Amino acid sequence: MSTAVKNVSMFFIVACLIAGTGFIQSWNTALFILNMGLISAIMALGVNLQWGFAGLFNVGIMGFVALGGLASVLISMPPTGDAWAAGGLHVMLGLVLGAATVTAAIIAQTRLKSGRTKTVSTIAILIGGFFLFRYVFDGGVNAIEAVDPASTGYLGGLNFGGKNYKDWGFMTVISWPVGGVLAASVAWLIGKTALGLRSDYLAIATLGISEIIIAIMKNEDWLARGVKNVIGLPRPVPYEIDLQESASFVERAASIGVDPITASSIVVKLGYAGLFSVVLVIVLLLAQLALASPWGRMMRAIRDNEVAAEAMGKNVTARHLQIFILGSAICGVAGAMMTTLDSQLTPASYQPLRFTFLIWVMVIVGGSGNNFGSVLGGFLIFFLWVQVEPIGAFLMQAITSGMAEDNGLRVHLLESVAHMRLLTMGLILILVLRFAPKGLIPEK
Amino acid sequence: MMVEPFLIGENMTGGYGTGADILHNCTIAVNPGEIAVIVGPNGAGKSTAMKAVFGMLNIHKGAVRLGGEDITSMSPQDRVAKGMAFVPQTSNIFTSLTVEENLEMGAFLRRDDIQVTMDQIFDLFPILRDKRKQAAGELSGGQRQQVAVGRALMTQPKVLMLDEPTAGVSPIVMDELFDRIIEVARTGISILMVEQNARQALAIADKGYVLVQGSNRFTDTGAALLSNPDVRKSFLGG
Amino acid sequence: MTDILTAIVVLANYVFIPAIAYGSQLALGALGVTLIYGILRFSNFAHGDTMAFGAMVTILVTWLFQSWGISLGPLPTALLAIPFGIAATALLLLATDRLVYRFYRQQKAAPVILVIVSMGVMFVMNGLVRFIIGPNDQRFADGERFIISAKDFKIMTGLKEGLAFKTTQGITIVTAVIVVIVLFWFLNRTRTGKSMRAFSDNEDLALLSGINPDRVVMVTWIIVAALAATAGALYGLDKSFKPFIYLQLLLPIFAAAVVGGLGNPVGAIAGGFVIAFSEVLITYPLKKVLKYLLPEHLEPSTLVQLLSTDYKFAVSFSILIIVLLFRPTGLFRGKSV
Repeated sequence: MSTAVKNVSMFFIVACLIAGTGFIQSWNTALFILNMGLISAIMALGVNLQWGFAGLFNVGIMGFVALGGLASVLISMPPTGDAWAAGGLHVMLGLVLGAATVTAAIIAQTRLKSGRTKTVSTIAILIGGFFLFRYVFDGGVNAIEAVDPASTGYLGGLNFGGKNYKDWGFMTVISWPVGGVLAASVAWLIGKTALGLRSDYLAIATLGISEIIIAIMKNEDWLARGVKNVIGLPRPVPYEIDLQESASFVERAASIGVDPITASSIVVKLGYAGLFSVVLVIVLLLAQLALASPWGRMMRAIRDNEVAAEAMGKNVTARHLQIFILGSAICGVAGAMMTTLDSQLTPASYQPLRFTFLIWVMVIVGGSGNNFGSVLGGFLIFFLWVQVEPIGAFLMQAITSGMAEDNGLRVHLLESVAHMRLLTMGLILILVLRFAPKGLIPEK
Repeated sequence: MMVEPFLIGENMTGGYGTGADILHNCTIAVNPGEIAVIVGPNGAGKSTAMKAVFGMLNIHKGAVRLGGEDITSMSPQDRVAKGMAFVPQTSNIFTSLTVEENLEMGAFLRRDDIQVTMDQIFDLFPILRDKRKQAAGELSGGQRQQVAVGRALMTQPKVLMLDEPTAGVSPIVMDELFDRIIEVARTGISILMVEQNARQALAIADKGYVLVQGSNRFTDTGAALLSNPDVRKSFLGG
Repeated sequence: MTDILTAIVVLANYVFIPAIAYGSQLALGALGVTLIYGILRFSNFAHGDTMAFGAMVTILVTWLFQSWGISLGPLPTALLAIPFGIAATALLLLATDRLVYRFYRQQKAAPVILVIVSMGVMFVMNGLVRFIIGPNDQRFADGERFIISAKDFKIMTGLKEGLAFKTTQGITIVTAVIVVIVLFWFLNRTRTGKSMRAFSDNEDLALLSGINPDRVVMVTWIIVAALAATAGALYGLDKSFKPFIYLQLLLPIFAAAVVGGLGNPVGAIAGGFVIAFSEVLITYPLKKVLKYLLPEHLEPSTLVQLLSTDYKFAVSFSILIIVLLFRPTGLFRGKSV
């Protein structure tokens, strides 16, 4: 069997698994898996760019995904006029002051001659700047957060559709590239500082920054309401309720024998799937072109032998920075898409196991260094992520069926089934690394 | 019939792993109490020949025998237990451990009292006694080499193998180190040594091996090689 | 004068004592990370969940003892259960090494591969803990709650502010001191301990000296199990046990190990306290202290809290980055490779 046939059939199998979900469970679940699979595949492509192409070990994926989500809110939600009036200027000024402080400190650090003057002035700039920043900034924040805290209490976004902002659903699509840009700029900051470091230091640094991004999103209520969540984001696809109220839609649904409620939710999900597919195809195409280009060859040369590449005059750090930014940007785009799909931003839902390490499982299982592998891994692992629980529950039922209904062990086992997915993901990762370290679709 | 030397690597042919052969029919031998020196131009396979004797190489022809026993297929670790000690050229001490701990680690396989051996080493290298509580990484280059040799001697080896022990030390320290090596040989230990400083090394050698491209070119006593005009012309700079 | 004394008491109550206890917990965790890095040469992402596992077994055994009516009087029963937690963790780690890590060691795999493998182990351990004990908060502390309670202290001294010293904090500090003393005695005075240091320092030379690598690795895992289970149980006892928290502890623990110099045990301890003190000090509202020190008209109107407690990660992270940029091998020289 040729490799191409094998690869195509693996994609076919995964498609069958998802379709099977539709036939056996429900089409809603199947389409949910499909949509999240599309998003996961894009995230995996981003990580594959960093790890598979360049050997960069990024464990801060969650942070970039969350930044994408933030962009989604900042673009597609309407601005809160009162909040801007109350403290918008303060906050912006505060942020400018904060940035100026850091810049001044960096300038002092680089321009001044080493010695006590340098250390003292840097520290003085930082401390003075910090208190100035807090003084200006805190006032603005308090004013903003006092504006109707139950429903807004934040600055809002850039959707100028006014009362009918929900009609401006296209804004969410605009937020996707913006999410990429936001993630890219933060990646630039991290890359500038941490990319020169050893691989495990980069890992720890990215792990840290992602936790900080989440902490900021949870606490800075003026920005995106923190743990109060932003709900009801506009959508790029029609609302189910509108479809159900449309006579022609109900008629058409009836003509194929589906009740309008189910039909509407399927149509909406298919709409998302269409949009996401376009993005996936674009990203995959670009990634494939990049892989085959001289640039991609150089990246792999650097990955395989950094010292030799450096000796040949390649600027390894600059290349690494480039690819780190690109990969993170892709994760940002996917993050914005995910928030669009959910129609809400819930910072507390970002867990490293789900949004960082699971993506890694996708990349490794799919085959690091191979873009199609990442896509396959994204779909397959997300399918398993969803389905391990019902399968596990079924197995547990079977295993414990001999026990009495109120047997303590049985009750515990059945209750704990939900935690089997982490166990399974870990086992899959370990087994693949051991027995098929190149993944399902190995790098050519 | 000739008596077989105590340690002999005979007609060794082989290289690292599955790579190309570096040694070709190379023979190196040493007897108890003798100093054997391997010299030759850069890239001649001097260190390789010694590593082959120590089992760090794939030899597919020839054999290594110690006291008549064939040890060709033995791992380096097992050879240590058999009484061979090896001092690598670099990274030959535990830098973060004290001098005393370095020596203790040298004697790791021994279960008897090691204090006597340690005292002997301190007598051989008195400076180490003064610095025994100091981290070995803080010592000077020559002192580090003393620690390295001392660590190897702690196993009470029958054969001591040194890979360029005087690399990077000053001429005075080199003379001093050679004197100590002669002292060690007098206690009956066989010494096999690779040296860059061919002239000085051959001067103390009982036996000298001149290697070129992984093969023996000249083999004789140290003194004879030093006076051999061909050797002088090609390898000792006239 | 009393004001200054009161300010010191406030600072001790809210900053020093909690920070010392937290620092001890971080130091024990960082010691485990640093030992694995020194001997096995990779950053173990599963360490937080190893701690959670050790703490979980300790909790289960504690509950068992409590149900049998065994107690330590004023001390928490968990102290009796910790050895069981250590034993179970040691078994788990040795099994993991045998089934997972050993293969890559023999392959001489790149450290980063081992890090990814440890991610897989992290998933499994995390799942295992949640599977057995569930994702929720568990309380298992019993015995006397305070060594000195705030009220007693006020009565004793007549000061306006109290100084509370929780039993769990006292136990954390005492245990950490004992563990560290035993560990350093072991590493510096015993043959096995020295061979571990030698192995960490120069693996090839250690092999040439006849040091058995398998034994070194085994002993390392057992020590790591002891450190992780103890750290995990103490943290759970002092704060609360929640599997998710241990995953988050990974960051300050790594920060502590790196700040001190990866592979350097003394550094790990110092790093633990640097991180703990910075976190607590920067996220504590200093108004309470300042109001006793400053004249009334200067009393700050705000809380003087430099950062909200939710940003404590940012503190450990910033320290980590600063150290990495200016002194990449850590405050105490760690391994550079």
